[in-house]
Amino acid sequence: MFERMNPYDDGLLSQFRRLEQEMDELFSGGTMWTGTRNIRSLPSGSFPAVNVGQTADAVTVYLFAPGIDPKTLNTSIQQNLLSISGQRQVAVDKNASYYRQERFTGDFHRVISLPDDVDPERVEARYADGILQVTVGRRASAKPRQIEIR
Amino acid sequence: MHMATQQDVTQRSSESTPQERRATRSEAAMRPPVDVFETADGITLQADMPGVSKDRLNLRVDGTTLLLEGTVQIAMAGQMEPLYADVRSTLYRCSFVLSNELDTARIAANLKDGVLSVTIPKRAELRPRRIEVLSN
Repeated sequence: MFERMNPYDDGLLSQFRRLEQEMDELFSGGTMWTGTRNIRSLPSGSFPAVNVGQTADAVTVYLFAPGIDPKTLNTSIQQNLLSISGQRQVAVDKNASYYRQERFTGDFHRVISLPDDVDPERVEARYADGILQVTVGRRASAKPRQIEIR
Repeated sequence: MHMATQQDVTQRSSESTPQERRATRSEAAMRPPVDVFETADGITLQADMPGVSKDRLNLRVDGTTLLLEGTVQIAMAGQMEPLYADVRSTLYRCSFVLSNELDTARIAANLKDGVLSVTIPKRAELRPRRIEVLSN
């Protein structure tokens, strides 16, 4: 109910935001985050940024990878490990003088550990507005089942 | 008795619950990474704003201030639960102060695959001229 009151409610992202705010509240008071991270995680600020969300049927990975030709991306999945590598080349104008060069340029590789019940045979990927969205189906056995009461 | 109860209620409602505070706290904007470079013709600014489409981009010049704003929209299934998030905001924002020799009336912008490119030309009469050094 309170979720609907959020003027910025945009579904999943507002939930990600709440997750962060809850963590902020939990660790406020100058405590450093010393929590457990995935062994394959990259330091924050790495390119491309990744969000992962799940439903009962699928796990979806969002890669924030602007300015890339999706054909040059190398996406593979082995069991529950999704691997995405590619290259982003930012053209540099040799005759220009640069004041800021903050945008990532070069090769990148990210490995994302998905829940164990994903089905690597059911993967779909699409690229729009600089976000690569990879959806991996989950095995039927993992879905919550309605139990009929006789 | 009646009055007291009412006052009680009013006081309680003025103290917001943590959930309400969360709901009213404004969203923190992300500053997109940018490249800025200058040529003889003008200044070009490029910003990474993945997830922003043309209709969710707001590019404005107010006096000498250039403002870039965009909201992220991502396609998703109805009931999704977050597992991991590097990106925790839906708003990009940054602004720059321009200088007088830039022609704000002729700013051009292009958005492709989440990369915004803005070119700000210099006023023709103010483009740099090469100064000839006379040797005599």
